[in-house]
Amino acid sequence: MTRAELGSTRRWVFALLALLTAAVFSFEARAQGDAAAYAKALALFSNDSFNDTDTAISGIAASGHPLAAQIVGALQDGRLLFSAETKKVLIKETSGAIIDAGTGEKLASEPAGLSNVRLNNRLRRSVEAALGTLTLMSPDPVRRLEAANAVFKSRDAAALPAIEQAIQKESDARIKRVFSEARAAIILYGSTAKENEKIEAISIIRDRGDQEARGLLAAMPADQTPGVQRAQAEALKTIDNSLAAWAVAQNFWYGLSLGSVLLLAAIGLAITFGVMGVINMAHGEMVMLGAYTTFVVQEIIRTSAPWLFDYSLAIAIPLAFLVAALVGIAIERGVIRFLYGRPLETLLATWGISLILQQAVRTAFGPTNREVGAPHFMSGATQLAGLTITWNRLWIIVFAILIFGALLAALRYTTLGLQMRAVTQNRRMASAMAINTGRIDALTFALGSGIAGLAGVALSQIDNVSPNLGQGYIIDSFLVVVFGGVGNLWGTLVGALSLGIANKFLEPYAGAVLGKILLLVAVILFIQKRPRGLFALKGRAVEA
Amino acid sequence: MSRQFIRAAAVASIAGLAALPMAGSAVAQDTIKVGILHSLSGTMAISETTLKDTMLFLIDGQNKKGGVLGKKLEAVVVDPASNWPLFAEKARELITKEKVAAVFGCWTSVSRKSVLPVFKELNNILFYPVQYEGEESERNVFYTGAAPNQQAIPAVDYLAKEEKVQRWVLAGTDYVYPRTTNKILEAYLKSKGVKPEDIMINYTPFGHSDWQTIVADIKKFGTAGKKTAVVSTINGDANVPFYKELGNQGISAKDIPVVAFSVGEEELAGIDTKPLLGHLAAWNYFQSIKNPQNDEFIKKWKDFTKNPKRVTNDPMEAHVIGFAMWVKAVEKAKTTDPDKVIDALPGIEAPNLTGGISKMLPNHHITKPVFIGEIKADGQFDVVWKTDGLVPGDAWSKELDGSKDLIGDWVDKKCGNWNTKTNKCGS
Amino acid sequence: MITRRLIEAADNRGSIFLALLAAAIVIVPILHLAVPPTSAFHLGTSAVALWGKYLCYALLALSLDLVWGYCGILSLGHGAFFALGGYAMGMYLMRQIGTRGVYAHPILPDFMVFLNWKELPWFWYGFDMFWFAMLMVLLVPGLLAFVFGWFAFRSRVTGVYLSIITQALTYALMLGFFRNNFGFGGNNGLTDFKDILGFSVQSPYTRTVLFMLSAFALALGYIIARWVVTSKAGKVLIAVRDAESRTRFMGYRVENYKTFVFTLSACMAAVAGALYVPQVGIINPSEFTPANSIEMVIWVAVGGRGTLVGAALGAIIVNFAKSTFTTGFLAPYWLFALGGLFVVVTIFLPKGILGLLPQKSEDTSSSGAPAAQPAE
Repeated sequence: MTRAELGSTRRWVFALLALLTAAVFSFEARAQGDAAAYAKALALFSNDSFNDTDTAISGIAASGHPLAAQIVGALQDGRLLFSAETKKVLIKETSGAIIDAGTGEKLASEPAGLSNVRLNNRLRRSVEAALGTLTLMSPDPVRRLEAANAVFKSRDAAALPAIEQAIQKESDARIKRVFSEARAAIILYGSTAKENEKIEAISIIRDRGDQEARGLLAAMPADQTPGVQRAQAEALKTIDNSLAAWAVAQNFWYGLSLGSVLLLAAIGLAITFGVMGVINMAHGEMVMLGAYTTFVVQEIIRTSAPWLFDYSLAIAIPLAFLVAALVGIAIERGVIRFLYGRPLETLLATWGISLILQQAVRTAFGPTNREVGAPHFMSGATQLAGLTITWNRLWIIVFAILIFGALLAALRYTTLGLQMRAVTQNRRMASAMAINTGRIDALTFALGSGIAGLAGVALSQIDNVSPNLGQGYIIDSFLVVVFGGVGNLWGTLVGALSLGIANKFLEPYAGAVLGKILLLVAVILFIQKRPRGLFALKGRAVEA
Repeated sequence: MSRQFIRAAAVASIAGLAALPMAGSAVAQDTIKVGILHSLSGTMAISETTLKDTMLFLIDGQNKKGGVLGKKLEAVVVDPASNWPLFAEKARELITKEKVAAVFGCWTSVSRKSVLPVFKELNNILFYPVQYEGEESERNVFYTGAAPNQQAIPAVDYLAKEEKVQRWVLAGTDYVYPRTTNKILEAYLKSKGVKPEDIMINYTPFGHSDWQTIVADIKKFGTAGKKTAVVSTINGDANVPFYKELGNQGISAKDIPVVAFSVGEEELAGIDTKPLLGHLAAWNYFQSIKNPQNDEFIKKWKDFTKNPKRVTNDPMEAHVIGFAMWVKAVEKAKTTDPDKVIDALPGIEAPNLTGGISKMLPNHHITKPVFIGEIKADGQFDVVWKTDGLVPGDAWSKELDGSKDLIGDWVDKKCGNWNTKTNKCGS
Repeated sequence: MITRRLIEAADNRGSIFLALLAAAIVIVPILHLAVPPTSAFHLGTSAVALWGKYLCYALLALSLDLVWGYCGILSLGHGAFFALGGYAMGMYLMRQIGTRGVYAHPILPDFMVFLNWKELPWFWYGFDMFWFAMLMVLLVPGLLAFVFGWFAFRSRVTGVYLSIITQALTYALMLGFFRNNFGFGGNNGLTDFKDILGFSVQSPYTRTVLFMLSAFALALGYIIARWVVTSKAGKVLIAVRDAESRTRFMGYRVENYKTFVFTLSACMAAVAGALYVPQVGIINPSEFTPANSIEMVIWVAVGGRGTLVGAALGAIIVNFAKSTFTTGFLAPYWLFALGGLFVVVTIFLPKGILGLLPQKSEDTSSSGAPAAQPAE
């Protein structure tokens, strides 16, 4: 039934009946009319064609049917099913119950031969837009915010009345702002709005100031009045200027984040290197073992205790430390112990160990990457003024700082730390003072390896968990330690952060590869100037 | 090292890996040897180990059907350890010492380039199963992976048509396959009226792991108000951090879709795919394609590897087709003599796993269907588009100045780089 | 003195080593070319190519032993000099292809046509001439080593610092050569060579000559190295290794000696690289990977550091083992064997395999071979 017919039916009803009954009646008639449209749209889902599904989505969304939001939501989550034979469309609820989308009845059992209604990117956008319009009034503020953002992106003119209504009702200032931004977006892309309305809309979008706002303004339809065009150009310039300023800060953030990764990878090495002078080529493999420990922990949690998933990293942290530290002790007791006084030869032995560990992991876990998921709190990003801060990077920086602080405290305030420092500064004198240097070496190596294991937990969040994981970091780690000065934790910190930040500032100009080459050359030259790194260690170790 | 020992070693490796009672048959004096040249250690083991298993699986299957020419096949496995000169050395060893009838192997372009002179000198056959940059047609090599026109160009067409993409980021690892593919795509896009400022090209080193800046650049490039897409030729290992960064910076497929040419089921097995929902890949095969051949293949493969989670992928299918073609050619030529088999191969047809019949062309490439798949939450692909028929592989790209006049034809012209302008071979 | 005994021992072993090489130069061509393929004594092409490659590696190990074993400079970037020598040779071989490339361009190598380059980059000029290419084989790595060494040794960069920056050097070069814009063929490197000085690189005669040249180069390298280490300068080098500061206090310009031996060693490595390329048929940036350079150090350690002959022997043994174990049922596990070998050798054979051989009785009384003492 078309809208015109609907109107005439309504007029006819008005003419015949009293006001109160007429109101009830008209509601029913409209419901009937929409029910037919709804059924027609619903049937399209069972055609298994992207174009039909698209039509169906807009049809369902416009029908105002009580099940509409549920259907579109189910479609988004892949819970909308259809039967090719009976042409029936069913909703599978999250609880597993099956509802007939046509009648709203619950089915006793799941019929055979069902398949999912498929989506592609275009349809996902339609779903998001439809869902946005349907959930603008949702009591849940998170849903409302999502809805507002969806409308902002879809700029669907049909949503304008709904969004204006929503703005009136909204009490949360943040959501209200997004609502008005969405309204401004619709106005800018519509053809009906007046010039001053559009100029006002442009200023709202300009105040949003992010890249999406820029994209929206840049792509405005071309047929605008000169006044609007001027406002558009000015707004674009304002946004560009502010984005360029923020880009510097953003680069700094990237550098900080890269630096923290380098710090994590190198800090364990700084310890083994500093105290023992051991070139531990298997250091990268300790990182890898930490990452694989994380994988195993997650795998166990996935199969036996899925509710713990958000805590998987917290559980993996002590385990990774332990696994890597134990392997470290084994390597120290089994191999490096025999090579005391021959530091350069430990390089060869540990290189052999690294080959064995790599191949062992390859045999045990297979050569392919293993999946390590991100807990909820580590996925996504947040907007801090003009900065995009991804949660995983933020947590890694925090993690690196915590480890660094803990290590510094351990070296300064514990007996073990005191003894380690004593051995670093003067091995023979320490030995004469009744420090068991062998034991200290073993514990130091375990500590260094354990910290590498911790780095593995962090790296599993941003890199491949594969047998080759460690190799990618070993050269960088050595460079950081040597650049900062062997045996000095502060040197490692400064070294890691300055290399990270320098890398990220070079990258936009020189590209990723050339930037890295320039950095390597710079470090080589720097070592000529200061042959013992940034913070040269004083003491007998220098001549060891 | 004696031949007996090597032979025993090969048998043991098959028996050990496949755990199948075939030692008795393989000890039989007269066997046909097939070389398997895939890295089992080093950086490429991540991709190539599966192909070695695939070949053992196929050879085992053929032997159960009675072998070839009444003889059993015998696999000779070597490990070139992701070391390119070692590829050449191992190829030479397979051909001269082991006297293999054909070799199935290589993944990277450089490994193929490295063994090429060896195969030409010793006149043997190489089946190369990976999508590559094209610009090559050698008498001794049969390319069962996709040429650029069987993967890259259909993918770009799809994005332009279905997603209305007007602005393109061509991101790749800095080696010859991405360089060439991007060069071809750039020429193709420009011929379709895309302006130079709407194309951004970016190269990164192998194993690049810090994608923050580049992803931010892509995001920025995408805010010019035109629909933007990324065409990714990023190599295997670098993909996981790339996709993780995309997900975290909130670039969803709805905003900026990424279509990848090197990301398949195997690569996705190492990533949490939920944030990647809707990103695309273009291949000639997907595990999720439903048809009886594929279902049977997947089932047998899982039985063979004793791993119900083991996935299948495009290069595996290329080996399946290549192996079937080689068997047919040997049976047609009634000998394993490389010269006769090379002559017999063009024109041979073999069913692929997606329901079609692939054919070996005179340029030693094959016909393949092209599929575009969207990543699903379970790490598989949902096919959203496919070509009507099979696309013949072009050895030489029609989009590049240097090669548009060249064709490969080993049947009539007996030449891999025949110039159709000058009607001469090689100039 | 330990040192003198060592040199005498090397001298003794050296004669055997040189005799073996001379024998190889004579016998291999006969077995390969004169003996019919059907005979049991026939040496196949793959064996000749393989042993030619081993000999190049042996020369490389020898050059590394010269700096590490006798001067205490642990270079983790010697692969860079080897690869640079290889690239210089590769560039000559590329220019020789001429119009036989797939695009049949008379001047540009295939990969340049491929990437739409219009003209030859300046640094490719002259490489069509053999003498020029050979000069570059020595000059480019030699100059790099000289400049690098001159700066590093003058600044008294020693020990692990030096090792790490040599590693950084080869890593930087690797990243550079991987770039396609760099003009050296990117990841694919240089390959598909046709002929050298007009002879086809694939003909058995060329292979034999290349093999003989490799053996000859190894012998010559050994003689030069031994001459250096037994000369007066050699004694200073050993003094530098054992006590650098003391040597400096005695008035020797330590950095000059170090720079000299480092440059010499780089040139030897480069010659090894230049001979390697036509025999394996490819040169690509993976030769620059730091892992490769570390492996070279291990060859030296396996054979016996500070013995020259041992280094050559170690290179041959490790690579032979690698070739053997990467075929057949051991293929997936050979890395365990290789890794285990390194561990076992460093712990149990501090003097390398050469330390296992029976030696003159007086040797056993020494408190330890130089190899067992920390150089730094």
